[in-house]
Order: sequence, then structure tokens, then C-alpha cells
Amino acid sequence: MPVINVDDLTDKDKAVMEVNQLKTEVKLERWLTSKCCEELKEYIQAGEEEDILVKGIPEDKNPFKEKGGCVIC
Amino acid sequence: MRDPPPPPPPLETGGASSPRDVMTAASAVSSALIHQVAEKVEGLGQFVMKTRRTLKGHGNKVLCMDWCKDKRRIVSSSQDGKVIVWDAFTTNKEHAVTMPCTWVMACAYAPSGCAVACGGLDNKCSVYPLSLDKNENLAAKKKSVAMHTNYLSACSFTNSDMQILTSSGDGTCALWDVESGQLLQSFHGHAADVLCLDLAPSETGNTFVSGGCDKKANVWDMRSGQCIQSFETHESDINSVRYYPSGDAFASGSDDATCRLYDLRADREVAIYSKESIIFGVSSVDFSLSGRLLFGGYNDYTINVWDVLKGTRVSILFGHENRVSTLRVSPDGTAFSTGSWDHTLRVCDDCYFLSNLTTLQPRVTFLVTSCNVCCFSLFFFFLSDLGLRMRTQRMKW
Repeated sequence: MPVINVDDLTDKDKAVMEVNQLKTEVKLERWLTSKCCEELKEYIQAGEEEDILVKGIPEDKNPFKEKGGCVIC
Repeated sequence: MRDPPPPPPPLETGGASSPRDVMTAASAVSSALIHQVAEKVEGLGQFVMKTRRTLKGHGNKVLCMDWCKDKRRIVSSSQDGKVIVWDAFTTNKEHAVTMPCTWVMACAYAPSGCAVACGGLDNKCSVYPLSLDKNENLAAKKKSVAMHTNYLSACSFTNSDMQILTSSGDGTCALWDVESGQLLQSFHGHAADVLCLDLAPSETGNTFVSGGCDKKANVWDMRSGQCIQSFETHESDINSVRYYPSGDAFASGSDDATCRLYDLRADREVAIYSKESIIFGVSSVDFSLSGRLLFGGYNDYTINVWDVLKGTRVSILFGHENRVSTLRVSPDGTAFSTGSWDHTLRVCDDCYFLSNLTTLQPRVTFLVTSCNVCCFSLFFFFLSDLGLRMRTQRMKW
């Protein structure tokens, strides 16, 4: 497998690469965007309760709570 | 069946329609999609994010960081060639390595927590096994794994300690075997430097996404080396890409000051996170655990937090004194860490009390009112006392 450097490629090489890529992509099966967005929304709403950055965490359970007092190791 | 593509914006012959206006008009048609679907979803209100820890110790710009799977340790790398492993709970430095090169632009923690990988201007990715013995010289055990023909921009271990994925300024990404240093697969398709990469969450299989200076984000199949999908809607270099937690979408942050969300099954951009007032580029993005929040580190020293569904900004965090170069949410989603050119790293989270102020409103109102009443009464008491004293003094005269 050859390792290349893009700086060595000519504009023509880059254009050929892009056209080949587009030819591959044209055959892709695509879903309806509305359906995909619905699924994203459902995924978020399912996980939102456990998401600490969204709901917040009481100070006593927070592993990053402010340090204070003395700790005996 | 694909949705019909949006009509191209009309070409204006006269007046000043800037590229940004045209792009905004075009993207407004296509990218309002997730906001439309989420119209009935309850908004989040305003968040208050608070810095919990500040990690000081780097002598120069912090360029990259990564969390360990134990949700507590962080590895960070900086411009002066130092790679430091921190305990984020205590802010102690556990290990420090000096790389032979400056600008260590990439670093990653191994899934086992027993090694770190880093690289930069040396065009290599090196793996350092971490030992429990603090006195042991880590540099002696270094293993050079990847060799590129230009700088290393990002690296990531795959699901095990045995393989590393790298991206480079030479426009390629590559998969390497750590033990032998052998190149297992190489990925060509970008027309310019590749700046970032992210592996799909393990449940969804062997793909990864990369973003580059050619404004493209490419999704690759790791086994065949083939580029499966390509997205080109950004107007400038893509500095950061991050998979959505479910693996069906990914977000990108770019020098064009926007973050965008792309859905892989729909094969298009579904949301754009931007504001007129934000003109500085995004250096790094990450999602919260559920995917509801998108965190972006910006070159104007701030961190903006976006509501993924509504497209609105829910919080802005100040604190860094120079551009934010890297941002990662911890593996369990309790906090997020940022690294900056101001030589520090910060660990921040959602300030429960201030963010939930609306629910705690009655208690707070009572507290505030009673404080006010006390203060005013004290003030009047003092005034009257003063007045009385002055009257007595005048009578004396």
C-alpha cells in the first residue's frame, strides 16, 4: 500500500480522485432526512435523563466537587 | 429515496452578496431539518458551566488532550514537546515525557490506560507504555509506530491497544499495528492536510471520519480503505470531527466559525450551529453523553454549548486567556475538559444549583428577600442613630 503526500499530487490527480469518489458515492442508498432526524431526536430523548451535563449532578455526588478540608491518605 | 436538493441561490449581478450570505441562504433551506423535527421538544433554558479544576504545568500552548477510560486521568501535549498525564480529581501530574520534537499536536490514551500515543512535527506517532514506577524513564521505552511524510495531526487507538489510527499533513490517514509498527491500511482521498479524525463508537462497526483543509469530511471503511461518504459544506478547514453517540451522525467544527451536524444515513448536513456574533473558528467539538449538547472550543477563547435539537446556544464559558485548542467530554459524561494556548487545561461541568435556579426559585426568592430586608433595616437603623447623635451634639453646642 503506497503512502503518498498530497503536495506531490497534481491538480489533475486530485480531480481524478474526486471524480472516482463521486462515482462510488452515487450508488449509495439514502434514507429520508426527516426519518433520520426523528431517530436522532428519539435517541437524544431516550438518553437525556442519564446525561449529567444536561441534568446536573448534586454537589455531594459530583466527583469534581470543590476540594476542601483535609484529606488523610 | 433522496429528498430533492435545495434550489441553488439566485445569482446576484449587482449588490454585495457576500459568500457567507449565499451560503447562509442555501444552508438555511437544507439545514433547518433537525430544528423542524424538534419544534415540539422542550427547550433547555440557560446553563451555567463552572470550572472545577485548572491543570497548570505546561510551559507552552496546550495542543491536544484525551481522557483515560477510567474517567479520571487525562493526557495532554503541548508546543514545548511535553506530554503530561494528570489525575483530574487531584490535579496531580502522574507522568511527564519530553518528546524530541516541538508542537506535539496529537496525543491519545490507550483503552487499557497503560500507554499513551503522541506525535507532531516529528512526522511520527510514538507509543509510551506507562508504568506504575514514577521514577522510571518513560522515554527509554518509547516505541515508534507510525511514519508519515508530514506532520502528525491526530491519532487514536482503535478498540484495543494493538492498533493506532493516524492522520497527517501529508493528506493521508493510516492504520498501524503497534507491536510491529507495520502499516495495515492507508486511506487516500483528501486533497489537502487531514487535521482530525474520530472512530465510530464500537457498536456501529469499523468506520471512522476524518476532516481536512480541503473542507471535506470523509467517512472511511477501515477494512477496505475505501472512502464511503464525503461531505463538503464547510467554507473553510475542518479542525475537528466527532461522532454522535449513536454512531449515525457526526459533528464537525471549522475555521468558518460554524459547527455542523451530518447524518450518515441521509448522507447530508442536517444542522448548522452558528451565530452572527461568532466569527472565530472552532478548534474542537464534542457531544455530551446523550447527544443533546454540543460543546465547541473556539479561537476567541470561549466555549459555546449548543442545543443539538434546537440549534440554539445554551451556554457560553469564559475563563481561558487564549484560544481553546482542544475539548473532550469525559467517558462517563460527568464533565468536559479543555486545553488552551494559555498553557492550562480546565475541567468544567454543569453547575447544578445555578442551572436549576428556576426550580429552586421559591427558596432563593425567600433568601434574597430576607437578606434585603435585613440590610435595609440595618441601614435605616444606622441612619437614625447617626441623626440622633448629630442632634444631641448640636444641642450640646
